[in-house]
Amino acid sequence: MNRCMRHAAVFCALLLAAVLVNTARVQVVQAGKFTGNPANRRIAIERYHQPRGNILVGGQRVTGSRATLGQLRYERTYLEGPLYAPVTGFASQTYGATLLEGTEDALLSGTSATLDTTPLWHELTRARQRGGDVDTTIDPAAQRAAYAGLAGRRGAVAALDPATGRILALVSSPSYDPSLLSGSGPGVTAAWTRLNADRDQPMLDRAIRQTYPPGSTFKVVTAAAALQQGLVRDVMAPTNSPDPYRLEGTLVDLTNESDGCRDASVYDAFRISCNTVFAKLGTDLGPHGVVDQAQAFGFNDTRLRIPASVAKSTVDTGMGPDQVGLSSIGQFDTTATPLQMAMVAAAVGNGGKLMRPYLVDRVTNHNGITVSSGHPSLLHQAVSARTARQLQTLMEAVVTDGTGGNAAIPGAVVGGKTGTAQHGLANTGTPYAWFISYARPENVDHATVAVAVVVEDAEAQRADISGGGNAAPIAKAVMQAVLSSPVPTGEFSSPSGN
Amino acid sequence: MSAPSATAPTAPPPPAPQRSRRRGVELSLIVAAVLVSMYGYAEVGLARNGAVPPGTLGYGAGLAGLALLAHLAVRTCAAYADPLLLPIAVLLNGIGLVLIYRLDLEPSLGPRAAPAQLIWSATGVGLFIVVVLALRDHRLLARYAYICVTLALVLLVAPIAFPAVNGAKIWVRFAGFSLQPGEFAKVLLAVFFAAYLSANRAALAYTGRKVLRRIQLPTGRVLGPVLAIWLMSVGVLAVERDLGASLLFFCLFVVMLYVATGRTGWIAVGLLLASLGAYAAGRLEPHVHSRVLDWLHPFRTIDAGLGPSQLAQSLFAFADGGVLGTGLGQGYSYLIGFAAKSDFVLATAGEELGLVGLSALLLLYALLVNRGFKAGLSLRDPFGRLLAAGLASILALQVFVIAGGVMDLIPLTGMAMPFLAQGGSSVVTNWIIVAVLIRISDRARRPDPADGPGPDVPVPPAARTGEAPR
Repeated sequence: MNRCMRHAAVFCALLLAAVLVNTARVQVVQAGKFTGNPANRRIAIERYHQPRGNILVGGQRVTGSRATLGQLRYERTYLEGPLYAPVTGFASQTYGATLLEGTEDALLSGTSATLDTTPLWHELTRARQRGGDVDTTIDPAAQRAAYAGLAGRRGAVAALDPATGRILALVSSPSYDPSLLSGSGPGVTAAWTRLNADRDQPMLDRAIRQTYPPGSTFKVVTAAAALQQGLVRDVMAPTNSPDPYRLEGTLVDLTNESDGCRDASVYDAFRISCNTVFAKLGTDLGPHGVVDQAQAFGFNDTRLRIPASVAKSTVDTGMGPDQVGLSSIGQFDTTATPLQMAMVAAAVGNGGKLMRPYLVDRVTNHNGITVSSGHPSLLHQAVSARTARQLQTLMEAVVTDGTGGNAAIPGAVVGGKTGTAQHGLANTGTPYAWFISYARPENVDHATVAVAVVVEDAEAQRADISGGGNAAPIAKAVMQAVLSSPVPTGEFSSPSGN
Repeated sequence: MSAPSATAPTAPPPPAPQRSRRRGVELSLIVAAVLVSMYGYAEVGLARNGAVPPGTLGYGAGLAGLALLAHLAVRTCAAYADPLLLPIAVLLNGIGLVLIYRLDLEPSLGPRAAPAQLIWSATGVGLFIVVVLALRDHRLLARYAYICVTLALVLLVAPIAFPAVNGAKIWVRFAGFSLQPGEFAKVLLAVFFAAYLSANRAALAYTGRKVLRRIQLPTGRVLGPVLAIWLMSVGVLAVERDLGASLLFFCLFVVMLYVATGRTGWIAVGLLLASLGAYAAGRLEPHVHSRVLDWLHPFRTIDAGLGPSQLAQSLFAFADGGVLGTGLGQGYSYLIGFAAKSDFVLATAGEELGLVGLSALLLLYALLVNRGFKAGLSLRDPFGRLLAAGLASILALQVFVIAGGVMDLIPLTGMAMPFLAQGGSSVVTNWIIVAVLIRISDRARRPDPADGPGPDVPVPPAARTGEAPR
C-alpha cells in the first residue's frame, strides 16, 4: 500500500506541476499574444485610467481631463479646442490620437520611461506613473491673431522664431473642436462622420499637412539661387529679359500682371513680382540650380518632424527647361506647406541660417521636473549671409514699395513676398493668396518672427494684389503680436500696469 | 519530521527518541501568515486610495483570533499534529479574504462579499475546532461509513428541488442562505470510500478472472460499487450539470481504489469509464460541449464578433500579471464579470501577484497535499491511510480542475479554489478537511507506542459488509 500511496502522491504532484507549467505558459510565454489581443480592453482602460497630462501654451494649459462614469475613466477636454486643434490634435478613446496628442502620447499618458526620475524606486513600488505635461513653443497672442485674421476662411498660418526655429503659431481654418471626438459614445462616432464628410475638411491641419502651389512666393527661392550661384551679382542691374517670355521649347508665352517687367532689374522684378524675369532666371539656372536651392530651404524633405510629421513640399527633380521656368515662379508641380514657406522667410530673415522648426519647448513630469526640452539646431545653411542680406533688401522693398505694403509695421523692419497661386483645371479655380514675411525690431540685426499665410478662397481677382490684400494683413497681425510679446524677444516691453 | 528538535519543550526526560510537538513552530508560522494577510489588506487600500484601510487592524485581529483559537485547540487536543497544516490553511484563507475584499472595491461585481466570507471562515474555524476536540480518533469515522454515504447522496440530490443558478443545479437556498451541499459530500464520500475500500481490499485485489495473461478483471460482485459510483458521477453531471464535481468524485474514487488495491487494472477500468462518460457528455450535453469548444478555442467568441468570453478574460488577466504582477488592487480582473470572486478568483491572484505570487500559492497547496500524504504514510491502519490519501487528493484535484480550467489547461468546470474562492460551503468544507488531516497527523506522530495502531487494527463492523450502496 505504501508504494501505491507514493504513486498517488506523485500523481497529485504531477497535477500541480502541470498547473505550474501552464501558469508560466499563460503568464510569460504567451502573455504578449494575450495582452495584444484587440478584444483585451486593458490597454485602453489603463491608458484612460488617470487624467492625461496637459498641453501648455504660454505656460497655461489648453487641455484638461474629465472623469466619466464609463469603463474608460478620463476623457480629454480642450479649453479652446478650435484655436489650438492644429497644435494639439485630438486624443480620442475611439479614433486614437493625432499631432502632439499622438506623437507625445507616451509622455502625456504616463507610459514613457523618460518621465521617471527614480526608475528603480518605481520598479520596486510598482506605482502607476502620472502623465507629464507638454509645454509648447506657441505664442498665444500670435496664435489668436492668426486665427482671428483667417476668420473662418479656408486657409492656414505658420509662424516661426527664425533665430531658434520655435514654432510660434500654427493655425488651420476652418477648425473643429477636438473635444467632440474625446469619448467613446455614439455622439463621437456621429461627430467623426460629420467632420470627415465636411467639404471644408476641418480636421486637416493645413499649416503642416496641406501643400499648395506656392506661386510667386517661390520667387524668393529663385532669387536666392540666382544670387547664391552668381548668376545675378547686382540686384539693380537689368536682366535682359523679354516681356512676354516664351518658355524654352514651347509655344507658351508668359506674361505679367504688372507693367515694367521688360528688362527689369531683379530688385524691381521682385518688388512688382514679374513672372517673365524669374522664369528666365530659373531657366538660365537650370533644373539643378533651382532644385538644389529649394532643397537647401527644406523642400523635398520627407523626414521633417516638429514632432508631428510635416507633409513633403515638392520641387520636381526631373524637369525640362520649360518646366524649370514655370517652377521658378511657383507653378508646374511645385507645392509647399505653409510651414515650409515660413521656413523660407525665416532663413532669409536669419542671415541664411535655417533653424530646425520645433513645437515642444519642454516636457515636465507630474512633479514639475523637466525631463526633456527642445533645443535650437541648425537644419541647413540655406544661403550665405551675403545672399541673405541681398534677399532681405528685395523682400523689404516689397513691403516698403511693392505689393506687400499692407504688412508694414511702424517701428519694425518687415520683409515679405506676396503670391497668388492659380490652381484647378485650366487655372479656373479661385486662386490661393499667399504672403510670407519676416520682421525684426529696428535695433535688432536678425528677424524675430517669420510668417507664412495662405488664404484659399481669396475674394479678389486673380492678381498678385490678392496676396497683399487678403494674406498680408493677417501676417502683419501675427508679426505685431509676436513683436509686442515680452517673450521670447524681450526687446519690446508689454503694456504694463502704469 | 521525526528528528528531535532543539526547540522542543522537553518536560520529562525522554526514554526514547522524543518526537517534538513543534507547537511553537506552528504558532510563529501562524503569526507570519496573519501578518502577510494584513499586509495584503493594507496594500489593497494603499493602491486604491493611497491610505491604509481603516479595517486593517480589525481584519488582522479577527484572523489572528480565529487562528489562535484553532491553534489552542490543536495544542490541547492534537499536540503532535503536523505544524504546517494549520498555518498554510490560515495563510490561504487570509489571502482569499484579501482577494475578495479587493474585488469588493469593483462596483461592477455586485454587493460586498468579504464580510460574509469572514463569517463563513469563522464558521469553518469553529467546525475545525469542533472536529479537533470531538474526534479523538479518526478511526471512529469508519463506523459511520454508511451514514456518510447516505448523507452524501441526499446532499447531492437535494439541489434538484431548487432552481438552477446560472445553468447549474448545485445550490440549496433557504432563509436567505445559499449552500452548495456537493462541497460537504466530498468529505463524506472520502470517508465512505476509505472505510469501504479498507474493509474490502483483499476481495478487490485478489479475485477475478485473468485476461490477456497480465490484466486481471475484477469480479462482478466487487465491480458493482465501482459502477455505482460511476453512475452517480454521470448522474450528478446530467441532472445538475456540475461537471467539476462529477470529475472530482470519479477521480477521487479511482485514486483511492488504486491506493487500496495497488492494481493498475482498476486504473484502466476507471480511465475507460471516465473517457466513455466524458465522450458521451461532450457529444450529447450542449453545456459541456460548449465548454470543450471553449477549451480548444478560447477566443472563438472574439472571432465570432461576440467579444471575449469569461475564459478569454481570465487568460487576459493572467497574461497582464506577467512575472511580477500589477500589484494588489491595480489589475482589471473585474472584466471577467460574473464569478470573478468565486470560480475565477485565481485570475485576480495571477494578475495582481504575478507568476511569482501564483507559484507561491500553488506551492502552498502542494505543501498541504504533501503533508496530507505524509501523515497517511506514517499511519499503520489502512482506513486512516486511505482517508489521508483521499483528503489530500481532494485538495490536489480541486486545485488542478479549477486552476487548469481558468488557465485553459483543461475544459473549464465550475469549482471553488480551496480557501481562496468566495463560497461558504467550500471554505467550511476545507477547514473540516484540514481538521481531519490534523487529527490523522497527530495520530501518526504521537509517540506513545500503546496508542499506536498495529498492522491488524480491528476494522469497525459497519464497514465490513462490503455491499455496494444502491
